[in-house]
Amino acid sequence: MSDLIRQPAAVLAAAIASREVTAVEVTQAHLDRITTVDEQVHAFLHVTTESALAQARSVDLRIAAGEQLGPLAGVPLALKDVLAMKGEPTTAGSRILEGWRPPYDSTVVERLRAADIVILGKTNMDEFAMGSSTEHSAYGPTHNPWDLDRIPGGSGGGSAAALAAFEAPLAIGTDTGGSIRQPASVTGTVGVKPTYGGVSRYGQIALASSLDQPGPCARTVLDTALLHAAIGGHDPMDSTSIDAPVPGVVEAARRADVQGMRIGVVKELGGDGYQAGVAQRYAEALEVLQGLGAEIVEVSCPHMEYALGAYYLILPSEASSNLARFDGMRYGLRAGDDGQRSVEQVMSITREAGFGSEVKRRIILGTYALSSGYYDAYYAQAQRIRTLITRDFDAAFAKVDVLVSPTAPTTAFRLGEKLDDPIAMYLNDVATIPVNLAGICAMSLPVGLAPEDGLPVGFQIMAPAMADERLYLAGAALEAALVDEWGHHLIEEAPAL
Amino acid sequence: MTTTAGTDVYLPFEDAIERYEPIFGIETHVELGTRSKMWCGCSTAFGAEANTHVCPVCLGLPGSMPVVNRTAVESTIRIGLALNCTIADWCRFARKNYFYPDMPKDYQISQYDEPLCFDGYLDVTVATEDGPTVVRVEIERVHMEEDTGKLTHAGGSTGRIHGADYSLVDYNRAGIPLIEIVTKPVLGTGALAPEVARAYVSELRDVMRALGVSDVRMEEGSMRCDVNLSLNRPGDGWGTRSETKNVNSLRSVERAVRSEIQRQASVLDSGGRVVQETRHFNEDTGRSTSGRSKEQAEDYRYFPEPDLMPVAPDREWVEQLRAGLPELPSVKRARLMGEWQISEFELQTLANAGAIDLVEATIAIGVEPSAARKWWTGELLRVANDRGLELESLKVTPADIKHVEQLIAGGALNDKLARQVFEGLIAGEGAVDEIVAKRGLAVVSDDGALLAAIDEALAAQPDVAEKIRSGKVQAAGAIVGAVMKATRGQADAAKVRSLLLERLGVDEQ
Repeated sequence: MSDLIRQPAAVLAAAIASREVTAVEVTQAHLDRITTVDEQVHAFLHVTTESALAQARSVDLRIAAGEQLGPLAGVPLALKDVLAMKGEPTTAGSRILEGWRPPYDSTVVERLRAADIVILGKTNMDEFAMGSSTEHSAYGPTHNPWDLDRIPGGSGGGSAAALAAFEAPLAIGTDTGGSIRQPASVTGTVGVKPTYGGVSRYGQIALASSLDQPGPCARTVLDTALLHAAIGGHDPMDSTSIDAPVPGVVEAARRADVQGMRIGVVKELGGDGYQAGVAQRYAEALEVLQGLGAEIVEVSCPHMEYALGAYYLILPSEASSNLARFDGMRYGLRAGDDGQRSVEQVMSITREAGFGSEVKRRIILGTYALSSGYYDAYYAQAQRIRTLITRDFDAAFAKVDVLVSPTAPTTAFRLGEKLDDPIAMYLNDVATIPVNLAGICAMSLPVGLAPEDGLPVGFQIMAPAMADERLYLAGAALEAALVDEWGHHLIEEAPAL
Repeated sequence: MTTTAGTDVYLPFEDAIERYEPIFGIETHVELGTRSKMWCGCSTAFGAEANTHVCPVCLGLPGSMPVVNRTAVESTIRIGLALNCTIADWCRFARKNYFYPDMPKDYQISQYDEPLCFDGYLDVTVATEDGPTVVRVEIERVHMEEDTGKLTHAGGSTGRIHGADYSLVDYNRAGIPLIEIVTKPVLGTGALAPEVARAYVSELRDVMRALGVSDVRMEEGSMRCDVNLSLNRPGDGWGTRSETKNVNSLRSVERAVRSEIQRQASVLDSGGRVVQETRHFNEDTGRSTSGRSKEQAEDYRYFPEPDLMPVAPDREWVEQLRAGLPELPSVKRARLMGEWQISEFELQTLANAGAIDLVEATIAIGVEPSAARKWWTGELLRVANDRGLELESLKVTPADIKHVEQLIAGGALNDKLARQVFEGLIAGEGAVDEIVAKRGLAVVSDDGALLAAIDEALAAQPDVAEKIRSGKVQAAGAIVGAVMKATRGQADAAKVRSLLLERLGVDEQ
């Protein structure tokens, strides 16, 4: 088998299972690729070469012994650095966790290991997943493989870039307001935010607990589904995890059928503020779906316009509390402890030195929003809006099977372009945030390149909670039609690195 | 002159009560006796090596998440039911945010405006001049939370974090299920306030023990009380309250209320103003010292805990738990009054002494009720009070009482010698038989030895001997006393008396 790094995960897994290639060969090929290109891309913060090869060897030995392994056994994966991995650096992109090695595995990592998926390393991200460009990483930005001067999206820019740069065929992201989908959108890859509670959060360093959700990323819809099935399902360690079987995502991805499906176009997510090329590719994709037998209807979700405001109260509030534990007392950075200063002073100096500006901005916002006397006006009010948005989705899903929108208003912007304008940065997630507020599921998949800049455009599909399979049913159908039209996956058009 | 803090000389209690009306409330933290912690499977056992009963969850490591201990929820509901509370259909945990090194997450998972149990009461009985009086203490709420780690401050003089050279944290205690029971303000108890406060905590402790939800050992900190107290002049509005922490025995509860009434009265009397503050009770001095001022109330930024699902106890489950409640202390006391044939006053004395269970256990193994009561509320309670200890923490068991009683019945010991045996037990000198042997405690029953002692006493007091011979039998006491003294109490006084009269040929009148 040639060009191991460009193969989909499903193909690699089959080749490994049939002993056409070894897991070690596949892993080594990706490690070599990382060595070659990651200096330019900077997708990885830490490469776990030894443990990856050890995992791959174990897969090969067991296959040689005739053992039947899982459907992704031996396939390499890039893990977002926000998930705890025992004994390996886990920083969440922050200086404050530099040097910390968790003594435990997150549930996602446990399940990856159980599925014999080979973990190549930890990927770069905006600090504590706060951002849409990966520029807020304390360890420097990641570059978009389509154009190294552009952002790979965020917060999971490292995971998306690793896929787009062929450094890994699979990746794990986490999505609090779009951190899986927006990077997928701007890198021409696929990403899914599962239903809240569909994938365990245990071991994910929390940003906003009521919004956070780990999910699968890949270059094809089927690969994404296979990974989703591997990591999903109930976890007794996460009280918010759904106690129900994982939706039939793999079967849905294989069926790839929108015949008779009612697809709702969200009126409020489109139009003004969306880049022309984005709007164009989005409209074309809708035509493709219609051509495949779907019924396209326009639906209104009138409270969507308040989503961003509500999100930027709820997220900072929860984050201000979740990030309190980084106080220099037990792990990670401790600054200013000269033996004279008080515990409060050391905590304060440590947090001043360890957190970046965006993190501090949100901690201050959240602390303020939760303060006595302001709680009702901010946090409680935001929760009311959240309820209204959930009701909007409920009403819409009473009429249609899935909802669609562009994933992001624009293609990848230039590094530094929005760094000094937090509001412009926040607006990037206007179409992805409502999904997290309502706890439903959504996918982003590539639907072409914007004519004006030649950069990937993402298409978002949203489905009701616990109906994740609908994403794959529609996404796989659309992907198949587009691949048919283009003669290849869009990612093949990415420039060589 | 005005003062805001306090004065060294407090107003006498009687004067304070004459001028001011005390209003108090008690917050009690009880560590539940679950085997595992509130959010994880770590052991709750007391006394293990520091930081050995810990895991990513109770250490609050990044990424870890809590899972509610169902037994803790069950215990809390049972406590709520026993305290006549309403059990919420639906409630949530909340985060109480503040930075402190004993808090692994820098927030405590607690409950805020949605407690699991609310609006209950506990009736307590106190002795008054007019006989036993029942006071209803209303319960505001019973809620669940987690304990913090334990800080040890090394160096410095105060044992407090400020001024310490360094501090050590033991997270074994972090995440142990804790419930907080908060009373409504208790009004109208006047001079009885200290007794009511003590009786409430004592009754609460007995309820916990009857439920079997906690070992409620105040000296180990598994039950801890904070006393809120304010004074107002009759007719005026409520005064400013102080919160006295570290009140860790029944006796301290009573003393803390009493001394805080006196302290605040002294401040008010000298024209000062009571400061809203936290105070620390000192067991040695029986007084409290000023802690941090709460004038600028700390903002805990409570919000619903997003990592946990709401608690929505099934009604059927609650009713099952209600049906399964054990006999509660007040009911039990009514029963025991009948069984033991004692007055409410006597029973209340037993209850306030924390002696009911001990007496019951002693009777259960075959000791006469009167003897069981006599030992626990007589000699043993006196020793406990002298030493500022709880009765149960003396090293005397119901089995010891039985053993001693058997020795008395067999004539080997008398009451006076038995007291020495208990003294030995409390001093840790060993088991009953060992103490009897080591201390050489035995009733002298050898007639020859007793007669020799009697003759000696008669010879020493010939005038008394003459009186007895002439029929003044009541004078025999002096000779009996002398014989008892000569035998160091190890004789049976009745026997000495009959031998004496026989010796002198006088009949008992």
